[in-house]
Amino acid sequence: MRSFLPALGLVLAGILASPALAEDMFNSGKLLATGGVSQIEGAGGGGIASWAMITGYGTRDGVGANIHYTAVPLPDYGLQSAGVAVGLFDRLEVSYAWAEFDTGDVGAALGLGRGFAFHQNIFGAKLKLIGDAVYDQDSWLPEISAGLQHKENDRGAVIAAVGGKGSVGTDYYLAASKLFLATSLLVNLTLRETKANQLGILGFGGDKHNDYSSQFEGSAAYLISRRFAFGAELRTKPSNLSVAHEGAAWDLFAAYFFNKNLSATLAYADLGNIVIRNRQQGAYLSLQAGL
Amino acid sequence: MRKFLGLAAALLLSAPARADDTLYADMGGKAGMDHLVEVSADKYLADHRIKDIFSESNMDRVRAELKDQFCMIADGPCTYTGHSMEAAHKGLHLTNANFNALVEDLQDAMAQCDIGFATQNRFLARLAPMQHQVVTQ
Repeated sequence: MRSFLPALGLVLAGILASPALAEDMFNSGKLLATGGVSQIEGAGGGGIASWAMITGYGTRDGVGANIHYTAVPLPDYGLQSAGVAVGLFDRLEVSYAWAEFDTGDVGAALGLGRGFAFHQNIFGAKLKLIGDAVYDQDSWLPEISAGLQHKENDRGAVIAAVGGKGSVGTDYYLAASKLFLATSLLVNLTLRETKANQLGILGFGGDKHNDYSSQFEGSAAYLISRRFAFGAELRTKPSNLSVAHEGAAWDLFAAYFFNKNLSATLAYADLGNIVIRNRQQGAYLSLQAGL
Repeated sequence: MRKFLGLAAALLLSAPARADDTLYADMGGKAGMDHLVEVSADKYLADHRIKDIFSESNMDRVRAELKDQFCMIADGPCTYTGHSMEAAHKGLHLTNANFNALVEDLQDAMAQCDIGFATQNRFLARLAPMQHQVVTQ
């Protein structure tokens, strides 16, 4: 994966070097908002829940690419992520995200040092298998995609100290998305196989449970206009560590699509209990810019 | 006067059969639909992404057929007698980007005709599956 991304960069640079080809390739042919926003782990989708749709505005004849920055300032912690994602021919998506989890004062309380931070590199890929969430309005079949997210955490020693079993892990997921256009409602359901503790921030597997478990993600978005949508997301997570129970995360969001090159998402997110601090609720802010 | 009589006749004709419940009524009935076709067709012809597709077309006929077709799709009292979607678009090599460009123009036209967003989507939901027949490239 890591050797694939630079190669992809070269291909994109080559396309951009030729304006006519670039206009043809970056056709921005999808309808506004149907490319989604950027998920916290870098994939195209919602904020914490996945979508089946391939990121960006390239149709099956083109490519789309975007970058994102997301900040989730919580009462006791700070979570942020930045990344890049490319959608190829509305079929394959590849993504990379860097995520940071700042422990703030809790780091000092735990003896890690104030502002101790965990970092993750997240390499993602998503393949559209069947269906089209937008066009197939005459059928109940959703768009279905299969994806994976390979996560590498830089704090193996701390992870081991809290009972985590690894600093590297891979999530596998199956996502289904359907736009019920006549009612202006988009619904997404995802089944994720994962060992990740707090999305991987606290590593993978634990003293309490060290196998993959099936987790659920669901979201619904109501379209107010072509530019504006609001809705809710829910994501369950495994509770692998005996030091702290881990529950589900949810949020209420509003997303505004200025155009096919820029969107902003604002949410009220509840990430639940994170190590010795309960009720980690706060604002979720995300910006996506793309071609 | 003749226009007024025509409108009155249209109103009388559309009164029975619970016409108020139909998408056709919500989109402004015959007057609203015909106006929508005119406004949207003007937008297609002004859109550099798709205007060339219509270069060989008799636009008067296209507009007339679209009026019948839109009316029928919205459950209005019309019968579309034109070509099937496959036949009408055969050889045009239309792409998804072409299809979506037309959708965007239609959305702009509906907004301009004061058709609400939720009503727009009810109509678009009936047009969306045509992608399978229209897009061949």
